[in-house]
Amino acid sequence: MAQNDIQRPFVRIRPSRGWSALRLGELWEFRDVLVMLALRDVKLRYKQTALGIVWVILQPLAAGLVLALIFGRFAGMPSGGRPYVLFIFAGLLGWNLFAGILQRAGNSLVAEARLITKVYFPRLLIPCAAAAAALVDFLISLVVMVGLLVWYGVWPGWWLLLLPVVVLINVGLAVGISFWISALNVRYRDFMYALPFMIQMGLYASPVVYGLELVPERWRAVFALNPMAGVLEGLRSALLGGTAEVFRPLALAAVMALIALVSGAFFFRRVERDFTDNL
Amino acid sequence: MNDIAISVKGLGKRYRLHHSEGAAGGYRTLRDEVMRLPSRLRNAMRPAAEVDDFWALRDVSFDVKRGEVLGVIGRNGAGKSTLLKILSRIVEPTEGTVDIYGRVGSLLEVGTGFHPELTGRENIFLSGAILGMKRPEIRARFDEIVAFAGVELFVDEAVKHYSSGMYARLAFAVAAHLETEILLIDEVLAVGDTEFKQRCGMKMRQLVGSEGRAIILISHEPALIRSLCSRAIHVDKGRLQNDGLPDQVLTRYHLERKSASGLIVQGIKQVADGIRIDSIKVGGSEERRLVIASDAEHIDVVLEGAIQRVVRMELEVRLYDRDGNTLAFFSPGHDSGLVAVRNPGAFRLAHRIKIPRLLRGAYSLRIGVVDPNFTGWFDLPDAVQLEVEGATTRLGMLSAGSHCGWMMLSGEEVSPTGGLEDPR
Repeated sequence: MAQNDIQRPFVRIRPSRGWSALRLGELWEFRDVLVMLALRDVKLRYKQTALGIVWVILQPLAAGLVLALIFGRFAGMPSGGRPYVLFIFAGLLGWNLFAGILQRAGNSLVAEARLITKVYFPRLLIPCAAAAAALVDFLISLVVMVGLLVWYGVWPGWWLLLLPVVVLINVGLAVGISFWISALNVRYRDFMYALPFMIQMGLYASPVVYGLELVPERWRAVFALNPMAGVLEGLRSALLGGTAEVFRPLALAAVMALIALVSGAFFFRRVERDFTDNL
Repeated sequence: MNDIAISVKGLGKRYRLHHSEGAAGGYRTLRDEVMRLPSRLRNAMRPAAEVDDFWALRDVSFDVKRGEVLGVIGRNGAGKSTLLKILSRIVEPTEGTVDIYGRVGSLLEVGTGFHPELTGRENIFLSGAILGMKRPEIRARFDEIVAFAGVELFVDEAVKHYSSGMYARLAFAVAAHLETEILLIDEVLAVGDTEFKQRCGMKMRQLVGSEGRAIILISHEPALIRSLCSRAIHVDKGRLQNDGLPDQVLTRYHLERKSASGLIVQGIKQVADGIRIDSIKVGGSEERRLVIASDAEHIDVVLEGAIQRVVRMELEVRLYDRDGNTLAFFSPGHDSGLVAVRNPGAFRLAHRIKIPRLLRGAYSLRIGVVDPNFTGWFDLPDAVQLEVEGATTRLGMLSAGSHCGWMMLSGEEVSPTGGLEDPR
């Protein structure tokens, strides 16, 4: 090969079998696509609706108030000494981030069928871009949360440093699961219908409207296997202050998020080559 | 110096055709999968029982050098698009390899990544990024793109408010400013009005002319392939049929495309009531494919059949070039204003058609029988594939000083070799 070819990128296309490498370098190379796709999703969300950004604030606010009224006031759920409105808001914040990513990213490949069949870029970017758009919604809700904290005069102190870690685990977990679901959804559209149901069930199986202390002692070990339990408790601790008890479930959630991410990415890459034929 | 841009070796793509019962719409549901489990297990013993293989592409090998513009021709479903999709990494090959030296830009449709709700400006950045441009690159060429598309006034309007012409122009403009070393283009010029097509053509020539680029272009327009490409390949039934200069490949393709085999009469789909055509001889041969020398001056057309009643009928023959343009029209009825009345029974129409001196290439003849005052008795738009042989490589189709006309033949004058050659 001549020397001037060395500067030119070289790609060899050949049939692949079994597991493929993740090619993270290529993901970085195509980062503009991720940014532009995420930007598009965010813009569309605020362009097509008259109220735009108000929806993102109003939705969780209204949902939080209703849940606070039902579970806090009427049912008298314990909230560990914290104002129940804050308690439930912090829970919803984390859950909505998780569910939002799952919903958007889970259907993302089918939604982008036109792109996938017409142009090449690393397909992993598609669910990632959808997740990034969901993250923007989360950040806006977070502003509302801060407003509530100020209103109630709650200051978590050093616990606040935990916030980026918890968000990272939350996003990692959701994106990892989304890799699985989005890829499976291409082949089996059943997941399109199963997903909202699974999210609904997950809401009750996770400590969103109730705290861990409400779970009977002997079930706690089983309950703690749900990674969202650790994430939600972690988020509450980061925003409202907490105890050292939160670190163990949070560490477990981090490990599970990592497993979901790695296994999801490899599974995605493995079935990716059939996407064009199934879309 | 190695100046290969793309090297394709033994490329093949196989699709499995499942004779599936329930899989509507191409994708499967879990239910289908579960329902098929028993039969799947049974089939595990005797593999490939329910699966048919279809090779969309097989054994395709070629190289494209830098600075070369390769045209890909072939009928629909021949595998052209599959080839481009493999080269642009949208689908994976089943066998073979492709080595690519350089960045690849692929334009498989107009407006990849465009979203109607976004503004022109936003779409330029979105589509540009998806097609592989870096953001600084897009920013640098933004004004140029907008100017080329001629949408300066509307660049901050949502493209859903654009006219379809504006939309197509903007979409092409983004694609045309890709600066990759390798460009793959699939029929993107098939949209827009004539003026825009011309502008695209000019831009394409500019792209092609820019140094060191390799371009692969699929098109159904022979004129485009001829004017833009330095080389052409013909793909048919997934295989590489021909590789060479565009003119040669196109000529061969044209002759083979219409499956110019069999007898001319077999091409007749419909005739009017009361008329029967038994044989059509062109240049002394009943075959659909006719090879003549470039100095041939005439072709004899003889038509035999029978009629059941008194009719007025006369022959009409059109000479087409390879792109379907009419070069000449021979109609004794039109020219003389006299169309003979024929009595029931066997009939014979025989004419010696003086043709212009044709240069080497592919042509075709259309043959019909008409009553000029009334209606057509039958029409064979693609009656004969005419291949003109000769060494000349002059431009154009007609040689200077040629003239055409017709004369009627009486019975014995018909000669099979009036400057004509039998293909066999």
